[in-house]
Amino acid sequence: MKKKPTIGIFKFTGCAGCQLELLHLEDVFITLLDSVDITYWVMVKRENIDGPWDISFVEGGISTPEEIEEIKDIRKKSKLVVAFGDCAVSGCIPSIRNWIPQMEAEQCVYPDTSAIHSTKVLGIGEYIKVDMVLKGCPPHRENIIEVIKASLLNIRPRLRQHPVCMECKLKDNACLLISKKLPCMGPVTAAGCGALCPSLNRICEGCYGPMSNPNTSSLADVFRKLGYSEEDITRKFRKYAGMATDFRKEAGD
Amino acid sequence: MTKKIVTVNYIARVEGRGALDVTISPNKEIQDLKLRIYEPPRFFEAFMVGRRCDEIMELASRICGICPVAHQITALRAVENALDVHPSDQTRDLRKLMAISAHIQSNVLSMYFLSLPDLMGYESSIAMAQDHAEIVKRGLRLKKLGNDITDRIGGRAVHPVTAVIGGFTVLPTKEQLGMIRKRLVEAKKDAQETVDLFTRVEKPSFERKCEHIAISDPRHYAINEGRLRSTEGLNIHETEYRDYIYEKQVPYSTALHSYMKTRDSFMVGPLPRVNLNIPQMSPDAKDAAQRSGIKIPSYNPFHSHLARAIELVHDIDESLEIIDRLPLKQDRQSYQYKAGFGAAITEAPRGSLYHSYLLDNNGIVKKADLVPPTSHNARNIEKDIYDLVKQNSDLSVQELTLQCEMLIRAYDPCISCSTH
Repeated sequence: MKKKPTIGIFKFTGCAGCQLELLHLEDVFITLLDSVDITYWVMVKRENIDGPWDISFVEGGISTPEEIEEIKDIRKKSKLVVAFGDCAVSGCIPSIRNWIPQMEAEQCVYPDTSAIHSTKVLGIGEYIKVDMVLKGCPPHRENIIEVIKASLLNIRPRLRQHPVCMECKLKDNACLLISKKLPCMGPVTAAGCGALCPSLNRICEGCYGPMSNPNTSSLADVFRKLGYSEEDITRKFRKYAGMATDFRKEAGD
Repeated sequence: MTKKIVTVNYIARVEGRGALDVTISPNKEIQDLKLRIYEPPRFFEAFMVGRRCDEIMELASRICGICPVAHQITALRAVENALDVHPSDQTRDLRKLMAISAHIQSNVLSMYFLSLPDLMGYESSIAMAQDHAEIVKRGLRLKKLGNDITDRIGGRAVHPVTAVIGGFTVLPTKEQLGMIRKRLVEAKKDAQETVDLFTRVEKPSFERKCEHIAISDPRHYAINEGRLRSTEGLNIHETEYRDYIYEKQVPYSTALHSYMKTRDSFMVGPLPRVNLNIPQMSPDAKDAAQRSGIKIPSYNPFHSHLARAIELVHDIDESLEIIDRLPLKQDRQSYQYKAGFGAAITEAPRGSLYHSYLLDNNGIVKKADLVPPTSHNARNIEKDIYDLVKQNSDLSVQELTLQCEMLIRAYDPCISCSTH
């Protein structure tokens, strides 16, 4: 029998929601285990092997000097590294703090900051080469399966680069931005969620991060015309992907 | 005899990153004991300042991928308390149904996937699946049920989207609830078998009396609303929390340690809930408790697994009751920004969770204060380990290590939460 590809699942600065989504693949979980050999997954296994891995799923951003060393070590021992979810892609929600002086953030929580060694929260791509990017907070389970399947077949995964708007059109949703004048982030946000929020009567908040080549300044202008303040616009772009190059223009430096 | 050193550098089968160091001297004295939580902090309390109160539920959700629903509902209730918004009975019911579904998911995860492998002698549920496929499949089935209910009401299981200030952006349809209802009825058997399974497996006999805390309400099993009560007579409103509970930093842990003023550390979680609130549980859950042989109140932290299983029976019963009384009429409350302070305590799967926010008159957060269950429990876990090690100091380092890990896992710590 052909040797099953080995998989490692790692957590850095984040909430564990992405690796949990992997465990939430209840219907196919047991079948999945026939195709891959998960050799490192501390949240699920007590006996873990320290590499090498064919595919490493990395969840969480990098926010301490120790994490920088660890992510480099994982890169060395992995054939493919997947940035698994928004935190690993560009820091996600925790990266909002990158605009606060570090000492101020630390003093807000800890009386003694001498034991805290945090840096800015950045995506893993700031430190290592990333082979695949699974966007979303959290990524949709179908996209997770797509990445695993593509890796097993050694082909490029079909992940969407178009905006959420496209998915809204496919679902025949009324446009919240045009018809209800609500500040929807859909026009600049990567699809993949199936237009989850607009289909549930809620604007897109941008939890998949920027689409490919978004026109953020135009959307910011639309928000201004709708009466939103500069602070509100900053808050909208400085949320799930404030550190992503495309959003950073509007999120402020 | 020489020194015994228990070292676990990365505790497995818990959420997040923590380590354990215990040093036992040749004359069996414990010289050093540290639950070293080294998960990097994310400073939610710092970066929530300056954000709009409408988006706090969304941000708070990201504190934890396992209990996002608990953080969302607690944040929503705290903000609503600050804005003086009073959601309808239906909204409160739907929130409870959603919270219960998240409890089902999280407690099943803890029981079947994080702790059961220890109790059955496997390194993981994956290894266990080879010999006990039926048990693992039952766990997956129950977990999926919890997830699917959250999904139905919230839009997705991890970081749901429909719960907002004053209500829900959409309500589930009658058909959707009908489907859920059917599955809940079918799942009752799985829940009862879970109680039997955790009754059957051998659990370490260990006891340490300490204060058990949970929210409580004489009318129903408290999850989202209630007064904070304890086995030592605490009985306070959520706004009084900071008059009674404080946190202390220790140099080896990024999670702060919680203490009751004038008393000691304390325990939160499923066992304290069952200890304090069993009178409000469903008849079948009470029967299950009796069948399991658990003596209430129990101060054996390893009985937390049983408490989760008993709660599972209750969770299904109460979900059915809620579904049957939902009118399904859109009744989302509108609101206006105003300055104010709001606090809320709910029961996350792992225990009492506190959020409070101070808002300015534009609805912008001026101050945030968050205490997740695992910050409440961190010091108490250490104290339990101290007694456990003391009583079992003759065991080999390997056996002792496993016992300590099992105790930690009985608490089902959520370390990311604790270092929010």
